[in-house]
Amino acid sequence: MRIENRRHHTWRTKIAAGVITVATLLSGAAHAGPTLDKIKERGTIKVGVGTSPGFFAPDSNGKWQGFFVEFGRALAITVFNDPDKVEFTSSSPQQRLPALQSGEFDILLSGVTQTVTRAFKLGFHFGPTIFYDGQGLLVNKSLGVTKGSELDGATIGVQSGTTGELNIADFFRKTGHKFTPVTIEDSNEFLKALESGRVDALTQDASDLALRRTLLAKPDDYVLLPERLSKEPLAPAIAAGDDRWLEIVNWTVYATIQAEEFGITKENVDTFLNSEDPAISRFLGTDPSLGQAIGLDPKFAYNIVKTLGNYGEIFDRTIGKGSPVGFERGYNQPWTQGGLLYSPPFR
Amino acid sequence: MPGPKGPGSFNAFLGWWGRYPVTQFVVFIGLLAIFWIMGSNTIETMHRLGITPGFGFLHQSANFAIGESLIAYAPSDTFARAVLAGLLNTIAIALSGCVLATVLGVSLGIARLSGNFLLAGLVRWYVEVVRNTPLLLQLFFWSAVTHAFPAPRQAINPFGVIYLSNRGISIPSLQLHDIPASAIALSMAIVLTVVCLARLRAGKRTGAIGFLSISFFVLLGVSLVFHLSGAQANIDVPALHGFNITGGLNLTPEFAALLIGLVVNSSATIAEIVRSGIQSVPAGQWESARSLGLQPGKIMRLVILPQALRVIIPLMTSSYLDLTKNSSLAVAIGFPDLVSVLNTTANQSGQVLEALAIIVVSYLTLNLAVSAIMNRYNQRIESRGFSLR
Repeated sequence: MRIENRRHHTWRTKIAAGVITVATLLSGAAHAGPTLDKIKERGTIKVGVGTSPGFFAPDSNGKWQGFFVEFGRALAITVFNDPDKVEFTSSSPQQRLPALQSGEFDILLSGVTQTVTRAFKLGFHFGPTIFYDGQGLLVNKSLGVTKGSELDGATIGVQSGTTGELNIADFFRKTGHKFTPVTIEDSNEFLKALESGRVDALTQDASDLALRRTLLAKPDDYVLLPERLSKEPLAPAIAAGDDRWLEIVNWTVYATIQAEEFGITKENVDTFLNSEDPAISRFLGTDPSLGQAIGLDPKFAYNIVKTLGNYGEIFDRTIGKGSPVGFERGYNQPWTQGGLLYSPPFR
Repeated sequence: MPGPKGPGSFNAFLGWWGRYPVTQFVVFIGLLAIFWIMGSNTIETMHRLGITPGFGFLHQSANFAIGESLIAYAPSDTFARAVLAGLLNTIAIALSGCVLATVLGVSLGIARLSGNFLLAGLVRWYVEVVRNTPLLLQLFFWSAVTHAFPAPRQAINPFGVIYLSNRGISIPSLQLHDIPASAIALSMAIVLTVVCLARLRAGKRTGAIGFLSISFFVLLGVSLVFHLSGAQANIDVPALHGFNITGGLNLTPEFAALLIGLVVNSSATIAEIVRSGIQSVPAGQWESARSLGLQPGKIMRLVILPQALRVIIPLMTSSYLDLTKNSSLAVAIGFPDLVSVLNTTANQSGQVLEALAIIVVSYLTLNLAVSAIMNRYNQRIESRGFSLR
């Protein structure tokens, strides 16, 4: 039935796309075909990201760098065995979801929180959580505030298009306090509102606030409150209706997590090629049966680790202790070390 | 268009249809087909993504807060009420923007034509700078200006009752409680009677003093009615409370920045419209008026402007429409206008197309209303007097 549908709609789609540019939202999404075919035909994966150095930002050569960016490269390795066959485009939180719905991106790696509304009402599928976060509050130290509940009557900056808009309203409803939101779409204006004192606090995913704090003229005048107002599991998001693409995303992320659990790193991965452990030889593709079964390059996990390293290495290099950001691993370490990262078995 | 070629309803139909019936028919069918394709594609895509099209979501709880609203709004209210709050904010900015832009623009336009070289030169520069820079940039500029005031705790506090800070301007407000409906009805009756009496006297000049004294007695009468009815009135003085200045009437920096930005931007266009309108009046009109011994102010008010208005009004209409539409840039500087609220609504509910439809219909309705009012006014201008050209 799916194939029938596609043939029927090809010519329509072409006419609509050609005649009416406004119809990008409509016609783009009408390509019901598998995302992977589209990607292979195009030769690159289109990834929507944000702008927050550490997570995603172009370096001085214009090359995108960051934690989420690395997972985009991992996907390119899975599909093309080439970390550069991927195209990053930054999109505001407000614009990114419609852009994904309309097929402008193959995947969003812009720190999207997985929620039930986004799954059922917005029609998104989510891959495995790649960063466990919570909503925080960034306040001016001079206010002397230590807890969110002390912000009664405060003016709080919120970035539109984020789950933060709902969380902060929920938080104040729960505590019975009042607040005035200033909802800003533009990321720079959002930060300026705090610096100019227009707002008393900014609310957003804590990791994002920590990254933005470093961009302020006087970072030491501001403090990120330890309290977390919500759970924010940041996961890759794709448009619903393409199971195969979802599985590719899933197992690409799992490969980085499983590699860390096995203790396989960028440096020592070659020494594991002769491993006697059947689980490891299946994982690295030395036993080709698994790769054939899933129709991918059987060595995709090996290629990812060899090029980018495992989850822990990616984390440390971009936002962890080995980077200027210096985040703690927190929940973002393997379950074997008390974290929440857990990969289903490669078998 | 050719008329009917002969008697009969078929020929009448052909006459109505016009020439090239086949081409027209094909184009018409083509257009229908395109809309049908778009429509069916959209619905199919929405179903594929698991989105149910429709406006039912408007009755659900919105759950997000809005910074400023002319009506009482809380996050537990429905999406519909949130959208209404946003719409009222847009109407407020568009109305006040149009009025202020007109006042400023007309003054600038006349100043541009003044014999004073310095004044005319300054206005020319103003117009050139404003018209040749992007509005969004200007809004960011005004946003930065309004945010540059001191923090609430260090607010500029003239007379002890007005607060000027980076949270905006707070002024004391008059609050009325327990007003019986009868008092409202009686006051309206007083105002209506006075207005009707004034209209009966139309043609006779009242004069400024007469107008002021009538207004004074009306105000006195209304106040007396309210006082006798037992309504409570008190003045709400703003005060620093915790983080913010609370109470009184507050004009937020976002509203101010957007209003100033739109007014400054439109006033430059309006200044040029007024200038061109005045210059379109033949020089003979000036000369005749002068030879009648009219003073320059009266020449402008009684002779030139009434004629210039015929040129000015249609162009002003288009300026007003632009200002109303440009107010949607509010989203960039954090003012919760209709577009801002509907963006959030679309994002939280997933009903992007419905939100877009509401935006389109709202702006269309607003702008058609502005057009209708201005067209009516234009007809009055056209029918007043007669063309001297």
